[in-house]
Amino acid sequence: MDYFLQIFNTTGIFIILALSLNVINGFCGQFSLGHAGFFAIGAYAASFLSTEIQHTYVLSPIILLLLSCLFSFFMATVLGLIVAIPALRLKGDYLAITTLGFSEIVRIAIINSESLGGSRGFVGIPRLSNSFWIYATVFLTIIVLYRLKKSKLGRAWQAISDDEIAAENMGISLFKYKLIAFLIGSSIAGVAGAHFAFLQQFIHPSNFSFMWSVIILTMAILGGLGSISGPIIGAIILTIIPEILRFFGSEISELRMVLYSLLLIFLMLKKPKGLLGDREIWELTFFKTFFQKEKKNA
Amino acid sequence: MSDATIYLLWDGLQFLINGLTQGSIYALVALGYTMVYGIIRLVNFAHGEFLMLGSMGAFYAYRFGLPLPIVLLTAIAVAAFFALLTEKCVYRPVRNENRITSLMTAIGASLFFQYSGQVLFGASPKKLPDLIEEKYFNFYDVSISSSQLLIIGMTLVVMLLLYLLVHFTKIGKAMRAVSFNPKAAELSGINTQFVISFTFFIGAALAGLSGVLLSNIMTVEPLMGTMLGLKAFIAAVLGGIGHIPGAFLGGLILGIFENLVAGFYKASFRDIVSFVILIVLLMIRPQGILGKNQREKI
Repeated sequence: MDYFLQIFNTTGIFIILALSLNVINGFCGQFSLGHAGFFAIGAYAASFLSTEIQHTYVLSPIILLLLSCLFSFFMATVLGLIVAIPALRLKGDYLAITTLGFSEIVRIAIINSESLGGSRGFVGIPRLSNSFWIYATVFLTIIVLYRLKKSKLGRAWQAISDDEIAAENMGISLFKYKLIAFLIGSSIAGVAGAHFAFLQQFIHPSNFSFMWSVIILTMAILGGLGSISGPIIGAIILTIIPEILRFFGSEISELRMVLYSLLLIFLMLKKPKGLLGDREIWELTFFKTFFQKEKKNA
Repeated sequence: MSDATIYLLWDGLQFLINGLTQGSIYALVALGYTMVYGIIRLVNFAHGEFLMLGSMGAFYAYRFGLPLPIVLLTAIAVAAFFALLTEKCVYRPVRNENRITSLMTAIGASLFFQYSGQVLFGASPKKLPDLIEEKYFNFYDVSISSSQLLIIGMTLVVMLLLYLLVHFTKIGKAMRAVSFNPKAAELSGINTQFVISFTFFIGAALAGLSGVLLSNIMTVEPLMGTMLGLKAFIAAVLGGIGHIPGAFLGGLILGIFENLVAGFYKASFRDIVSFVILIVLLMIRPQGILGKNQREKI
């Protein structure tokens, strides 16, 4: 039972991560390869704050959790600012490599800092988070993103994603909206990092490598970049399938990453827009039939 | 001059020599990146893996007892084979898609080779044969080994040969034409597909060569290509991506800087150097040292 609960919680965290990356890569059409960096900052910030506070004060777990999440949110936003301001002048490949560079700098800086545990990892994080809080955050993220997508911000992002030059022509400030996308994406990833730290109670720089940035990106793309249900589906599939593969024996487990990469290549060759593409899962005609039936009866 | 300053100078010279050696390796690998990018505007993330596969091929050839020249040729052949295979199966279908798709396929290919390499070859480091007898030449406190001289020498020879190829042969002219304007080149009767494959071949051959050369200064294992590939790409961008002399310049500069920082400051900061250089470069001169300012055409 514990095992399933752990998978349930981890899936929740990756849903948050995939959704937050989707803001930058999907809604706004940029290419960020450094999401693990924001995840890392959130995790380490939350761990640091909670362990420091626990030395001197005694706070109720919920207050400590909320405080740490807030701190993670803030720190990840600051990092997002630091990354976005130089990086957003660049496009496509260069933006990708720059964000990757920043993420690696964060990771190596953490390895080199003794106060954060360095290459031994950060131990002794209190278990402040649980399924309720994780999924409350998931729910909150979904609502916020859904409203954002329908707002003026969402339309500006859509325009930028479709054609930057035309969008600029229409008076949309490219830098401003890209920056907002970056900040929102990074801050939500930071909160995911906080939950991750409080769930695992131990974090290590290897949890935040470039590999993980790619995994999160694959999750976002698999379901369909640009929709809201897409990354959710992608995160669920890509968290559960490796666990299922575990039951097939250790050889198949080793092949896990090989299969991952093959899946990525396959996705890009056959369905570059993801399984659902731009559409949401509730827009599929399969689900629409239910609504139509109700109308007839009324 | 105080003793400390004298030690500083001699140390600096030693780091410079190490940097030139490392930089030559970066330059050889960066050539592959810059040539492929110049031709099809794709960052071939899997290039580091072609190097790794070449090294692995050399290892097994050595284990079979093949003579040294054959081992070298095996490395080149294996690397080139996988490059051509990847180009045909993975890159060609997505050539006309958008940037994100092509980049993700490249990342997928890179990960695939890394992890299948781990499964097939095992994660432990391999020992490659020495190309020449290891001798040390000492000049006061500075020592340079014969393998270091070999690396630097080979790189100079390659630089010369490549220059002759690109500027004095028909295929070199075709390469320059395709990188300048692929459609016009096609209209002029140049077989662009052949030129592209040829470019991949040359780039990978060089990577395979460096894979054998670097056996004395780096560990040979399935994940060796990642960091090396990334740094070589940064070196290519530093020199001006698409520019062959730029790859050399970028590689050497990166290698020297890295060794200076690692030597005089902290060795663990070695990897950060490349990323910091990248970010600073992209902020002040994104086209690289030798690159031309390319305005985006509407």
